[in-house]
Amino acid sequence: MKHAASFLRAAVLVALGGVVGTASADITVISFGGASQKAQDKAYYAPFAKATGVRVVAGEYNGEQAKVKAMVEAGNVTWDVLEVESPELVRGCEEGLFEKIDFAQVGDKADFVPAAVNECGVGIFVWSTALAYNADRLKEAPTSWADFWNVDKFPGKRGLRKGAKYTLEFALLADGVPTSDVYKVLATPAGVDRAFAKLDKLKANLQWWEAGAQPPQLLASGDLVMSAAYNGRISAAQVEGKNLKVVWNGSIYDVDSWAIPKGSPNKADALKFIRFASQPENQAVFSGEIAYGPVNLKAVPKIDAKVASGLPTSPENMTGAMATDTEFWVEHGENLEQRFNAWAAR
Amino acid sequence: MSTAVDTSAAVPLPAEGDGTPLKKRLRRAERRRNLLFGALILPLALVVLVAFIWPIGSLLTIGVDNPEIHDNLPRTLAALEDWNGSAPPAEAAFRALADELAAAKGSPAIAAIAKRLNRENAGYRSLVMKTARKLPLDAAVPAREALVAIDAQWGELATWQAIHRAGGALTPFYLLAAIDRVIDADGNIVAAPEDERIYVDVLLRTFWMSLIVTVCCLTLGFSVAYLMASLSTRHSNMLMIFVLLPFWTSVLVRVAAWIVLLQNEGLVNRLLMWLGLTDSPLQLLFNRFGVYVAMVHILLPFMVLPLYSVMKGISPVYMRAALSLGCPPFRSFWKIYFPQTLPGIGAGGLLVFIMCMGYYITPALLGGPKEQMLSYFIAFYTNQTINWGMAAALSAVLLAATLLLYMVYARYLGPTRVKYMKAR
Repeated sequence: MKHAASFLRAAVLVALGGVVGTASADITVISFGGASQKAQDKAYYAPFAKATGVRVVAGEYNGEQAKVKAMVEAGNVTWDVLEVESPELVRGCEEGLFEKIDFAQVGDKADFVPAAVNECGVGIFVWSTALAYNADRLKEAPTSWADFWNVDKFPGKRGLRKGAKYTLEFALLADGVPTSDVYKVLATPAGVDRAFAKLDKLKANLQWWEAGAQPPQLLASGDLVMSAAYNGRISAAQVEGKNLKVVWNGSIYDVDSWAIPKGSPNKADALKFIRFASQPENQAVFSGEIAYGPVNLKAVPKIDAKVASGLPTSPENMTGAMATDTEFWVEHGENLEQRFNAWAAR
Repeated sequence: MSTAVDTSAAVPLPAEGDGTPLKKRLRRAERRRNLLFGALILPLALVVLVAFIWPIGSLLTIGVDNPEIHDNLPRTLAALEDWNGSAPPAEAAFRALADELAAAKGSPAIAAIAKRLNRENAGYRSLVMKTARKLPLDAAVPAREALVAIDAQWGELATWQAIHRAGGALTPFYLLAAIDRVIDADGNIVAAPEDERIYVDVLLRTFWMSLIVTVCCLTLGFSVAYLMASLSTRHSNMLMIFVLLPFWTSVLVRVAAWIVLLQNEGLVNRLLMWLGLTDSPLQLLFNRFGVYVAMVHILLPFMVLPLYSVMKGISPVYMRAALSLGCPPFRSFWKIYFPQTLPGIGAGGLLVFIMCMGYYITPALLGGPKEQMLSYFIAFYTNQTINWGMAAALSAVLLAATLLLYMVYARYLGPTRVKYMKAR
C-alpha cells in the first residue's frame, strides 16, 4: 500500500513537473499568486534555490483552507509551505492542520513584529486593504470611507471584496465609528445591524470582487471609480503606468504568514525556506518588489526611503489605519459571512 | 393429443441424461446466462457504485452527521441525559465536562467542539478555548464553582442547552438550515430570522434562471437545428463546425471572452456609443444580462445537437404530403413537423435545464451576488468556511430538486408520453 502510494506520488510528480529525482530536491510553496507571487519569486524562491540547491515549485490558491484540510485528512500532503491569512492560521493551528513551528529555528522573536510570531506560523509581510481610486476619473480626491459612501460628490460604481470581512469594518468607519471602537461595535448585534444598514445605502452602487487582481483592472478600465483593494496590487498597477491612488486613512492591515501543512514530507527544507524568507535582507528585496511591509524589523533600515514611504508600515501611512482583529474574525466569521451572503443575495 | 400424453408418460423427458428434470435444467441454463450477463455489466455496476452511489450516499450522510459533541463529550452528554433543561445541571455534568475538555486540550478535538458550539451561538468558541487553557481543574474544588469562575457563561442555562442540543449523533440542523428553517429553544421547527433567510430564494432563483436559459436556448437552437437539417450535407457540416467550435473551447476561455466584450470599455459598449445608441456605457456585466448571454452561448450546442439528430430523422415526405393536400405552410409546420421534434425538444431542454441547475463558474465570474445560484453557496461552504455539513445539505436539496424535475419530465414529457402524443 505504502509502495503503491509513493509510486503514485512519484508518477504524479513526473507528470506534473517532468522532474525525476529524489523528492527532497523540491519543495512546493503555495501563495496567493499574481504580483505578490512574482515578488516572492524574486526575493525568496530563486535566491533560496541558488543558496541551497532546493528547487521551489510555486503554486497558488485563493485561501481555501478546505484544500489543506482535505490533504491532511487524506494523509497525502503535497504542499510544503503555504501562505495563509491570520484567521485561517489560528483556525488551522487549532484544528491540527499545520505543524507547530519552533521559532528558535527561524530567528530571534524580538526582531519581529508581534503579529508575525505564532505557534504554527511565521509572518511574511504586512499588507493593507485600503481605499483606492482612479485619479484620471475623479476630479477631487476622496480622503475617507465617508467619501466612498458619498455618491453625490463622487458618482460612479464602487468595488468591495465579496465577503463580510473588511466590508463591515469599512461601513462602520464610514458611519463615523472611530478605528479604536470598530470591533467593539461590531461585536454587538446592534453594531452589525448598523453596518448592514450603512451598506444598504450604497448597495445600488456596489460591485463585488473576489480576486485581488480584479480591483486594479476594474479601476483602470473605468468600470469602478473607487474600490477597496490590496495596496500591493495598486502599487503594481502604478508601476505599469496606471494613475491609481491609495487612501491610507481608514485602511486595515494584517500579516500574512507561512505555515507548514501537517505531514509535509519535506518539513526540514520547508523550515529552512521559512528561515531564509525571514532574513532581513530578503525581506527588504521583497518590499522593493511589491509595496508590502516587512515583518522583520531589521529589514526596515535596509529599505530605500522612497519605497518605504509607500509601504503600509511607514509611520505616515499608519496614521488613521487599524489592525485586523484576528480573534474577532475567528469567532464571528462564520455567522457574519452567512448573514452577509443572505444580505448580498437579496 | 393422447399420443402426446402417452409419449411424455412413456419417455419421461425430464429424466433424460443425468436424470434432472427439464425445467430444472432450463432454469440452470437461464441462471448461467444471467450470470454471464451479470458478469458483463458488473464493471459498469461497479463504476456506478464507486463513482456515483457511494460518493452521493456519503455526501448525504455528511449532511446529517454530527460527531463533534457526541464523540468528544460522551460523559457530559450522559450526565445531561436526565436533565430537564430548566435548572442548572448537576455537579456531575460540570465535572464530566471539565475532565473531557481537559482531555481534549491541545488536540484537534477541542477545536472541533469549539467550532460546533460556535455554530449554536457565536462566542462559544472562545469560551471553550479559554476554558480549556485553564484546565485541568483542582480535584478538591467543586467543578461547577471552578468553571463559573473561569467564565460566568458556564452558569447560564443557554450554554448547557446548546451542548445538549448539539449532542445528537445525527442532526437535522444543516438540512433545515438549507431550507431556511431552524429549531428554536422549545424544539419546534420555525422559519429562520428574516435577515438570515436565503436558500429558498436562491433555489427558486436557480430554477427561474435555468428556465430562462433553457427557453432562450430552445428559441435560438430550434431555428439553427432546423436550418442544418434542411440544408445539403456540405452546408450543414459547415454549420455544424460553427456549432461545435465553441463547444470544444474551454468554458473559462468563453467566459473571459464575454468579459472582454461586455465590460464598460468593451467592444459592445464602444460599438453602441459609436452608433450613437447610448451616451454612456451600459452596464452589461455583473448582472443578469451578462450571465444569461454567456450561459445561453455555452449551453446552446447541448440544445442544437439533440434537436438536429431528431430533425434529421424526420422524413420530408410528411410535410410535402400536407402541403400538397392544401394545408397552409405554417399550419403544416405546426401540426405535422413540430410534434415530431418533441423528443428532441424534451431531451435538449432537460439536458440544458439540468446543466443550468448546477452552474457555478459562469455566474460566479459574470454575475453579482444576485445572480449566484445554489452551487455558489455549496462551493462557499466547502472552500471558505469548511462547513461541510452545510455544503452537503445544500447539495442534497439541489439533488432532490433535480430528481423531482426529472420525475416531472418523465411523467409529462418522457419517451412514452411523447410517443403517445405522436400517435395522437
